[in-house]
Amino acid sequence: MSKSTYNLVCGMEVHAELKTNSKMFCGCKNDPFNASEPNIYTCPVCLGMPGGIPVANKKAIEWTIKLGLALNCKINLFSKFDRKNYFYPDLPKAYQISQYDIPFCYEGVIETSFGPIRITRIHLEEDTGKLLHKRIKGEEVSLIDFNRSSVPLIEIVTEPDIKSPEQAKEYGKALRDIIRYLEIGDCDMEQGGMRLEANISIRKEGETELPSYKTEVKNINSFRFVEQAIKYEMERQEEILEAGDIPQQETRGWDAKKSVTFSQRTKEDAEDYRYFPDPDLPPIRFTTEQIEKIRAELPELPTALIKRWKDQYQVEERFSELLFSSPTEAKWLEDLFILVQKENIEANKIANALANKKISYQQTDKPIDVVNRYKSANATDDISDEEFISVIKEVIKNNTDAANRYKAGENQLINFFFGQSMRALGKKVDATHLRKLLQQELEK
Amino acid sequence: MLNTLTLKQALDKLEKKEITLGDLNSDVKSAIEKLNKDLNVYLTINEKKITQAEMSAPLAGLPIAVKDNYCTKDLKTTASSTVLDNFIPQYDSTVIAKLKKAGGHIVGKTNLDAWAHGSSTETSQYGRTLNPRNTDYLPGGSSGGSAAAVAADLCLASLGTETAGSIRQPSSWCGVVGLKPTYGRCSRYGVVAMASSTDSPGPIAKTVEDSAILLNYIAGHDKYDGTTSTQKVEDYTKYLDQNITGMKIGVLYTDIEGLEEIKEIFIDQVKVFEKLGATVEFIKAMDPHHAIGVYTIIQRGEVSSNLGRFDGIRYGNDRSFFGHEAKNRIMLGTYTLSKGYAHQYYNTAQKVRTLFIEDYKKLFKDYDVLVSPTSPGYAKKIGISESSAMFGELEDMLLEPSSIAGLPGISVPCYRDPKTNLYLGMNLVAPMFREDLVIKVGDAFEKNTKWNSWRNK
Repeated sequence: MSKSTYNLVCGMEVHAELKTNSKMFCGCKNDPFNASEPNIYTCPVCLGMPGGIPVANKKAIEWTIKLGLALNCKINLFSKFDRKNYFYPDLPKAYQISQYDIPFCYEGVIETSFGPIRITRIHLEEDTGKLLHKRIKGEEVSLIDFNRSSVPLIEIVTEPDIKSPEQAKEYGKALRDIIRYLEIGDCDMEQGGMRLEANISIRKEGETELPSYKTEVKNINSFRFVEQAIKYEMERQEEILEAGDIPQQETRGWDAKKSVTFSQRTKEDAEDYRYFPDPDLPPIRFTTEQIEKIRAELPELPTALIKRWKDQYQVEERFSELLFSSPTEAKWLEDLFILVQKENIEANKIANALANKKISYQQTDKPIDVVNRYKSANATDDISDEEFISVIKEVIKNNTDAANRYKAGENQLINFFFGQSMRALGKKVDATHLRKLLQQELEK
Repeated sequence: MLNTLTLKQALDKLEKKEITLGDLNSDVKSAIEKLNKDLNVYLTINEKKITQAEMSAPLAGLPIAVKDNYCTKDLKTTASSTVLDNFIPQYDSTVIAKLKKAGGHIVGKTNLDAWAHGSSTETSQYGRTLNPRNTDYLPGGSSGGSAAAVAADLCLASLGTETAGSIRQPSSWCGVVGLKPTYGRCSRYGVVAMASSTDSPGPIAKTVEDSAILLNYIAGHDKYDGTTSTQKVEDYTKYLDQNITGMKIGVLYTDIEGLEEIKEIFIDQVKVFEKLGATVEFIKAMDPHHAIGVYTIIQRGEVSSNLGRFDGIRYGNDRSFFGHEAKNRIMLGTYTLSKGYAHQYYNTAQKVRTLFIEDYKKLFKDYDVLVSPTSPGYAKKIGISESSAMFGELEDMLLEPSSIAGLPGISVPCYRDPKTNLYLGMNLVAPMFREDLVIKVGDAFEKNTKWNSWRNK
């Protein structure tokens, strides 16, 4: 029997911390990665002390909806927070406030070069504290830092639309870029500001039904690792399927050192989180007007912007891509493009000059100053056509052999004549004009 | 003995300089020394001196007792469970901060059913409290310590919390006034959570007037509790000494089985309202037995989640210190919220809760205030709760409908049995945020009957 070809069936769950000033459910500072000491950004609420009551961070809710709109999601006008009950030392209340059946956003889509990926839902929850396992005075101890406790955390869940490890990587990066561009999160992967999880199964080519099992690989902290983990899982699962078995439904971890996944938890001991609506937090209601207001504040996203600049100002994508990473920077560029159009300079030329660092600039410069700088860098001496032609004729006369080869079809020799003419002129020249005249004289 | 003064009397006498705060406090202190050992009202006595700031504020530093489930900064807070045996909060709950700012001085922390689970104060892990009116009997609960502190004049007024009956039922049993405000009228921030969707802090006092004075200072929106209302806090003392002529009063639950012992007495007392010019009608409401199911399911579910944090990792003793009642409730709540059962139990309970809310809306179209007995009978003898797992729920049955609907209610003494010296309470309920109505009608009843022991010495 010949070996079957298998295709990947994969959905992802991505967690990202939001960079609001304060935490999700209390007024403590939200800055766990820059805290000078553990447990300095804490209060009775995020420490889970008796009597602590959460109050929802409005900004975090708005930002979640903002991301949802950017990912073409529908928004639930009525939503609520639920308690997800489980015991872990980094979870001081013994429940995490999350969203169970009514997330803020649902049914969106994100484009990748491999095809679209549907977004199932985006919900908002709180992060946990951080456990540190250390050896102090010869003793193994576990320490808890609650600076991260109750930091706003969004979870973005996709449909099983991911068809290759490469697409998973691209999706992760695209999502990070959008979150950063919306200026709602830093997505610092190394610090844990963004965590990836892939639900992986494979099926025979041609099959359309979802496989009866999946493995969840959790807590992956790099795009490269997610790609590797999926590749590894595909091979591992294929071996099992080829042997006539079905891979076990389980949670697996990623061992970055050995580049393998390993079993963490099987379904038998899957937890029952006893979800129920958090009675401390009143349900949240939005009006269509409020959602539209958030939509109106949404910046034009990079992909759309780059395409529009191409159509409107003829700026090539390869330059645009290099020139901005925030809406503020995009706005500055657009102002510049509008200005250069008025000045009869091609926007693409100035974009090229900026992208290739031919002229130095900062975002704090006024666009007009940058335009002037560009102009002076590209200024030409006033040279008459008579002067040009007499110099060109002289150069041709001194290089008759090359001139004949040019005529015989060695077109690239024009560059040689261009260089020679430039040197003979010894001035700043309009290159396009010189080239035109050279061509004209050489072809006589 | 100055400790027998009402809050209002003490404030007036202090103002007129007829008494001094020092004399009053020393009377309270000696009463505590004399009685606390037997009654077991206070678990912790506040050793801090009254501050100048408290004395110059409206409540003038007067001694107020506080239920031991309010977090009090630097003052031990146990919720009557040895899990928190050595827990000293780093912060004041909002109501306590407001009380202090208003000049109320905490005398001490009062006993309760552990975690406020119960209606007898017998589940306290620090021993039961006795009813000061007759020490063979229980004070009720869970705010039994706070009600007993008032009844025994070991303070001028106190603070309790009610989830379903925990202010009004012990007030009824101890012959004092208990005001359970609308859910969201007083902040829950800093109160050890029992059932978050119904917990309501409120005053227990000697008179309706005193409860109105206290409510003035502890009510209001709190940015630390998103379930508090932004609705303006009124001066509730405006509604004292008002004419209730023309008001419509609906009487509930008199035909319910189990009320035989007190039915006649209660119906007799209700007639007082007619004499005062109000109309009184005996009406039917949704069967309060259903409220027991709703409350039990919701409360146990929330309890199982709220008590999860007491895992012994960060503070307090570990889980083995939980008492029988708490374990019982955690187990039941965990079960009702479990996968496959949440819909059957928790979600169904929420739907029935909505039915109660709708039922009240309908009743309040025709009546200003609804009255019923607070409790199906007099205080029970010590030891009674130990034989019945659902003791509290049955005792609080008449209060649970209004609790799960979040409505304000007040219990005022409406009878005293001369043989036992035990009291009955009348429960008055009004629509959301209409504390003014229960204060107005409760005050009228109190001033026109002989059942308030401070007004009729």
